[in-house]
Amino acid sequence: MAERATPQAQAAYDRIHASDEFKQLKKTYMGFVVPMTVGFMVWYLLYVLCSNYAPGLMNTQVFGNVNIALLWGLLQFITTFGIAFWYARFSAKNMDPIADALNEAYEKEANA
Amino acid sequence: MSTSLAGITFAQASSSNDHQALTATLFLLVVLLTVGITFWASRNTKTAADYYAGGRSFSGVQNGFAIGGDYMSAASFLGISGAIALSGYDGFLYSIGFLVAWLVALLLVAELLRNSGRYTMADQLAYRMRQTPVRTAAATSTIVVSIFYLLAQMVGAGALVSLLLGVDSQTAKNLTIVAVGILMIFYVVIGGMKGTTWVQIVKAVLLMGGTILISVLVLAKFGFNVSDLLGQAAQNSGKGSAFLEPGLKYGATTTSKIDFISLGIALVLGTAGLPHILVRFYTVPTARQARQSVLWAIGIIGSFYLLTLILGFGAAALVTGDAKQRIIDSGGNLASPLLAEAVGGGPGTTGGAILLALISAVAFATILAVVAGLTLTSASSVAHDLYASVWKKGEASGADEIKVARISAFVIGGIAIALAIPGQSLNVAFLVALAFAVAASANLPALLFNLFWKRFNTRGVLWSIYGGLISSVGLVIFSPIVSGKGVDATGKNLSLLPTSVDISWFPLENPGIVSIPLGFLLGYLGTITSKERSSEDRFAELEVRSLTGAGSEK
Repeated sequence: MAERATPQAQAAYDRIHASDEFKQLKKTYMGFVVPMTVGFMVWYLLYVLCSNYAPGLMNTQVFGNVNIALLWGLLQFITTFGIAFWYARFSAKNMDPIADALNEAYEKEANA
Repeated sequence: MSTSLAGITFAQASSSNDHQALTATLFLLVVLLTVGITFWASRNTKTAADYYAGGRSFSGVQNGFAIGGDYMSAASFLGISGAIALSGYDGFLYSIGFLVAWLVALLLVAELLRNSGRYTMADQLAYRMRQTPVRTAAATSTIVVSIFYLLAQMVGAGALVSLLLGVDSQTAKNLTIVAVGILMIFYVVIGGMKGTTWVQIVKAVLLMGGTILISVLVLAKFGFNVSDLLGQAAQNSGKGSAFLEPGLKYGATTTSKIDFISLGIALVLGTAGLPHILVRFYTVPTARQARQSVLWAIGIIGSFYLLTLILGFGAAALVTGDAKQRIIDSGGNLASPLLAEAVGGGPGTTGGAILLALISAVAFATILAVVAGLTLTSASSVAHDLYASVWKKGEASGADEIKVARISAFVIGGIAIALAIPGQSLNVAFLVALAFAVAASANLPALLFNLFWKRFNTRGVLWSIYGGLISSVGLVIFSPIVSGKGVDATGKNLSLLPTSVDISWFPLENPGIVSIPLGFLLGYLGTITSKERSSEDRFAELEVRSLTGAGSEK
């Protein structure tokens, strides 16, 4: 294993793990990433499946030589950029302050 | 008549010599620049943290560029634009999978890994498990994935450089592979993670600069009207509107459709399990910087793949005649360089020669940066996991570890050279796809279970890693890639083994759709069939550490 934490550090980890703040942090994190991961995986797989099995839909011309397949592909780029940006905003606002406070508390307790 | 023909031939030969001299000069500049950086970076490499993780001193932006430099391989730059040039829309499907994959890395892996690991992927997996078997397994899969990926890059380098320098002999290809191998060993042995990271940053800047330049020139030819570009590409391809629609490459049969889904899943889940990508998260000081680096990486990689769309369709639209045949003969790999020549004024012009040489040098820098990252990752794993933890039971000094890592870089580089020379008939795209499939089947299940499942234990790690590894590689051995695909219209053997041997029974070329779920299932079954209880204290510690950074490596 990675080197064992000192008894103080271990006690600090245990206390933080049981604290409401940590439970809140974990809930906030999971509440964002789990639905988001399921969402973008479904969105991507749907696109892959349609590319294979729904040529009529994908080959529909929208304007000029641009069809739905190309637009949907570009939309995958836009959603990827969007989710990344959204996560950065969300985590900075809702997770970082709690994580910082807990980290600070740990430093105090573990090195006391 | 005959004199004028001879005159034309002579003029072409001399201009092609000019561009080869220019290309060779630019290659040399790339080498000198990267060698200089490596020496400069090596001055501050003293501790193990310096060697393995660049002293954790890189900023999020720097590491974002380095991730881009590490990730955008020759398979991306030459392969994807080539696939688009030849197969139209279906080539674009690759880049989407390669990009969306970064959300897995951003949301589930990067920050947690930065907080809970140290130098290698195994550090994370071994956190709350039995050290010896887990580190051995993780090192095995790290080395297997890296060697497949290394082979792909080096085989590509041999083909590319000899084509671009106009030397077609087998000796020249072999010499190129040896030279690339020696350079990559040099970067890793001398520069460690700092040198390697800077080589990747410089490469990312060169790659983006070159790609933007060519894309703007292509778009300018169409008055910045993308629809016109697409129309011209479809017309020149000889395939009409089918060129802009899915299905040209993968739509033929039920098997090829399932094969495509399998590839798509491996691409999107493989990235977050690639060892050389995972170690990049250790080069920054905090989890927040790790998040920042992935955001930058997504921006850079996404923009780059959007531009490959223009390069690919541009090559289909603008490259004609002999040059078009050369793209087809190279399996698409020469699409970007020859497009550069075309937008620079065409073959035989100074502008064409300059741009061709420039893009070739960028492609060369690309290969160097990626192989350095791969070699460093496998050498680190040998030194840190196998030597220091398994063999010396954690009693090795930091200086010893660095020494062993340097020796390992020599050995791994040597093995890669020795395998790449006979491996030149291998298909580069297939090797990259296989590396992604192995990473997604063997590494990702173990990583995710370890981060999120309290009950997960040593046997679970071993079953998922070895199970994912054996099933993904095994299925490929019994796939049409290796045997039984038959010959094409020209009588060329489509499989690796001679046509007289047929051991194939697995119909797909991409194993992911079977091996990835199997990796997860085996991780689950291995865990619940073992009596070993994972230490709950250690899991609580891992959870707190990964989410808050408390006690993480400084």
